[in-house]
Amino acid sequence: MNRTIAFIIALLMTAPISCAHTFENSKIAEEGRVYEEILPNGLKIIAVKDPNAPLAVFQIWYDAGSIHEQVGKTGSSHLLEHMMFKGTARYGPKVFSRMIKRAGGIDNAGTSKDFVYYYQKLAPDRLYLSIELEADRMRNLIMDPEETLSEREVVMEERRMRYEDDPQNLVYEEVVATAFNNHPYRWPVIGWMEDLSTLTRDDLWDYYRHRYVPNNAFIVVAGNIDIDLIAAKIRKEFGGIPRGPELKKLDIKEPEQRGEKRIFIKKEAELPYVISAYKVPNIMSEDSYALEVLATVLSGGKSARIYKSLIDEQRIALSAGAGYSSTNRYPFLFYLYGTALPGKKIEDVENALYKEVDKVKSQFPDEREMQKAKNQIEADYIMSQDSIFYQAMVYAQFELIGDWRLKEKYLEGIRKVTPEDVQRVAKKYIVQKRRTVGILIPIKNSKNDKMQKPDVHSSATH
Amino acid sequence: MRQVYSFALIFYFILLIFISPSFALDVERKVLDNGLILLVVQRHNLPVVKVTVGIQAGNLLEPEEKAGLANLTASLITGGTANRTAQQISEEIEFVGGSVGAGGGDDYISVSLSVLKKDINLGFDLLSDIILHPSFPEDELIKKKERIKGGLKAQEEDPGFIASREFKKAIFGSHPYGRLVTGTAETIDNINREDLQQFHAEYYAPDNSVVAVVGDISADEVGVLFSKYFTNWQARSVAMPSVPRPDKPKERKTVTVDRDLTQANIILGHTGVSRDNPDYYSISVMNYILGSGGFASRLMQNIREEKGLVYDIHSFFAANKYGGRFQVGLQTKNESANQAIEEILKEIKRIMTEDVSDTEIDDAKSFLTGSFPMRIETSRRIASFLVAVEYFDLGAEYIDNYPSYINRVTKADILRVAKKYLDPVKFTLVVVADQERAQLRKDFK
Repeated sequence: MNRTIAFIIALLMTAPISCAHTFENSKIAEEGRVYEEILPNGLKIIAVKDPNAPLAVFQIWYDAGSIHEQVGKTGSSHLLEHMMFKGTARYGPKVFSRMIKRAGGIDNAGTSKDFVYYYQKLAPDRLYLSIELEADRMRNLIMDPEETLSEREVVMEERRMRYEDDPQNLVYEEVVATAFNNHPYRWPVIGWMEDLSTLTRDDLWDYYRHRYVPNNAFIVVAGNIDIDLIAAKIRKEFGGIPRGPELKKLDIKEPEQRGEKRIFIKKEAELPYVISAYKVPNIMSEDSYALEVLATVLSGGKSARIYKSLIDEQRIALSAGAGYSSTNRYPFLFYLYGTALPGKKIEDVENALYKEVDKVKSQFPDEREMQKAKNQIEADYIMSQDSIFYQAMVYAQFELIGDWRLKEKYLEGIRKVTPEDVQRVAKKYIVQKRRTVGILIPIKNSKNDKMQKPDVHSSATH
Repeated sequence: MRQVYSFALIFYFILLIFISPSFALDVERKVLDNGLILLVVQRHNLPVVKVTVGIQAGNLLEPEEKAGLANLTASLITGGTANRTAQQISEEIEFVGGSVGAGGGDDYISVSLSVLKKDINLGFDLLSDIILHPSFPEDELIKKKERIKGGLKAQEEDPGFIASREFKKAIFGSHPYGRLVTGTAETIDNINREDLQQFHAEYYAPDNSVVAVVGDISADEVGVLFSKYFTNWQARSVAMPSVPRPDKPKERKTVTVDRDLTQANIILGHTGVSRDNPDYYSISVMNYILGSGGFASRLMQNIREEKGLVYDIHSFFAANKYGGRFQVGLQTKNESANQAIEEILKEIKRIMTEDVSDTEIDDAKSFLTGSFPMRIETSRRIASFLVAVEYFDLGAEYIDNYPSYINRVTKADILRVAKKYLDPVKFTLVVVADQERAQLRKDFK
């Protein structure tokens, strides 16, 4: 309570000056419970009021995902994200998360191929902290060279954990790298180990200076918030940061694939695994809705085709399914995947997956199946909104593609899909020449003799 | 398989309950005639209802040679009923975009339903059918066993899983807490259909269960649903066998597993405390400072931020009904294993010998008391939380009292519980790594 009052007083005393200035040039729009404003320096605010939420979330999104990296510098977007927690001149090193936690909040960040985002979940009356800290680190990172090298080691550990020692992830990484010829989607967000080991503070600094500017970012703030207060505070803290030079949008067209690509990875593992990835469009194409329904018809639960056939009836796979996400900024991949049950052949799993797609190509999904898939997509979409964090995330994902308002068209697009559409997209995209297949072949090396028997030592205590 | 483990994670996470003084949850609690405890929280933000049913029918109650029985029983209640086949159950609930399922656990199993409000009758019809009338068809049992065995094999690819399995085995021995929820390939083979039927008949009773309903629904509506779908659930006064408390290990143990890995996956720890231990809250504050506070914790500051040895390091006290464990977990390149272990021991000894600073204790308290709404943001989380509060008998006023439990912890308490519940000598160390590269030292002091 005291903090709320303190916050309001602080705003009243300091905000009007910058307010009067920025209001003149800001572009403001209100639609339902969404408030949108673009500050003169190009920073966009999307604020969503949800009086039911017991908390608030602040997210700042930068168009600084790994697609913007240079050849030989993969992993810099993600390493920079780590460095953003290493302090500024004003607050000193390593205090960011501590300050948020002290306020009872939770903070983190994420880097993808398309974007980097930073977030805090806080009590609504403490959001001022997010705004002050985020505005500060957009501009004033220290990025000490020694610290950068130390953090590079941390990221290399992260890579070992997520990829080097995880056979299925390793295959996935290799499939994506093989699928694309020239699109930067081909390199992993975490970076190749060889690139990571040469990244320096200067590489990151350059990237930071160019991409961490207000006109290359937007804010989504949501929850039980007072929009006027929040917008004023954002204007005050971010309004003075100068606009950066305009950045060109990435414009790379992936050449047409001329035939199937196939890779094999031999690694210590237990069960063979296959992933088959097809180049497909994103939500900017109407076909994306039909692809999403196709993925759900194939693998939306235990009553869907792949589970029923491969896992329940044929009993050849431990797990199997199809996956597609339409919200990538550039055309990406549609997956079929499966892990063989012990003693079963991975070729059989792969062929059984294709057979399920072939069935869709030769016969329309029936009405009930179509309705089920649509109901599932719709219910999932509704249920995911239970978290204010995820609500904010949905606005941001659509904003990144071009406009958060696309969100409103999403369910409509799904509802319009016909059985003919599903068959048409299966025939058009889920075809051999568009795919890249990765197979994990488990090998046993000498260490495996010892595998079933851990070595246990007990010792008298000293 | 994966569901089982993610359940376990959520479960432990719920035990570390964080409550803000300003946060209130309006819970309507009722004990029905058949002994069932019913908890309802209305949330009208979405047209959705989430239900969690906790039933005291977990691993604790199964014989050692049939380890996995509780989990198999739980996961097969959706495998067919007197009225429906497995396929019909999935088809009906998936058609409306909902889900229904169950998973095992050490102390209790959880059955959960997730459904849009408009389909609530169908949801309750299915929920009652799978809890009251499962038929455990033979062919579904065969298929389930095959998949559990396959899943166990697949998890041999996961060094974190291996480390955790070996750690629990080493500290708990033959106590049920030392076993995998799924059992092993061998013990699963000892289980037949009659075992499932008997286990179900014995423990799936209303007076042995707690139901939490959270979402776009009133207590009255829930009452109507229960009288419509659960009237035949008869009280049974279940005879609960007495469960022994696990022994404290008397010596240091080292378990090594040799694999072709780039990182050593390390767990260091020992037995911990049960949830009813009066020192639980002092331990929560102490452990936040030691290793559960993320970037605010000493382990993270020292081993990640200063030495760059790990991506993640954390410690936790998993407090169950009859005992618990304390563990520090991390992954580091094989070559750094010894150094990381030494640093963990250094931090454990430090918190046992020196007072924590004012800032550390204040920060820990303000996080623990302030972050509650962030931790149970969704209806599903609220439902699981309510079941845990009831199961561990934390009291109707628990939410209101929690801040005072935390705020009364002193520096002296922290030092006292660190000395009492941490042990830098008689610990168990599990290292899954390329042992040739790790060159693990024989002795850590």
